[in-house]
Amino acid sequence: MSVSTVLRRTALVALGGMLGTAARMGLGMLIPDAALGVLAANIVGALALGILTARLPAGDLRVLLGTGVLGGFTTYSSFMVDSVQLWGASPLLAVGYIVVSLAGGLAAAALGLVLGRKRAAS
Amino acid sequence: MSPLVFLLAAACGGLGAATRYLVDLGIARLVGTRFPWGVMVINITGSFALGLVIGGLPGAAFVLGTGFLGGYTTFSTAMIDTVALWRDGERRASALYAGGMLLAGLAAATLGLALGHVL
Repeated sequence: MSVSTVLRRTALVALGGMLGTAARMGLGMLIPDAALGVLAANIVGALALGILTARLPAGDLRVLLGTGVLGGFTTYSSFMVDSVQLWGASPLLAVGYIVVSLAGGLAAAALGLVLGRKRAAS
Repeated sequence: MSPLVFLLAAACGGLGAATRYLVDLGIARLVGTRFPWGVMVINITGSFALGLVIGGLPGAAFVLGTGFLGGYTTFSTAMIDTVALWRDGERRASALYAGGMLLAGLAAATLGLALGHVL
């Protein structure tokens, strides 16, 4: 990849990441429980990234929307810190949160990859 | 939250995402394997850093944590990578990737929180 491509895509990721982060914070205002807000963003984002990955060719648009917007919308660090803090309150709740996040995220990603596949022309 | 803080955190999320893109490219170039080491390293270091910020700098947790580190780390790519490895028959790599990232991420967040409280 040329230097100019890397620079252009870095700018696209920054722009998309800003929008995705804003959307995640907006969702956080709608869902008062912080851990539930992160869970919702992560599962919706995994589904959307599956659709996008199956549908869009590797290129600028996928970098903007996938790496940028959805990468910024979803977050792993809050998932981890929220899990550790939940463990302090209730280990059972923490395990439940982790299992639902991972199982839900993997199922959503797999579903998105199937949904995004182009149907054969009929 | 004031609109200015919201915008600042969103901008930091953009910077975090750009940092992720460059770190991922750099690691891919360095190791040159199909295994997604980049996102694994990013999510583990980001979990440590978020613990550190929440434990040690709670006043900056929104802009640095929810903003920058939220944009730096990613859940969606981690899920897609796990499914893609599994689908391609790399089942052991897929399980090691998802499980390793989870256990190391939890340990990193715990360590970060503890260290943040001490500092």
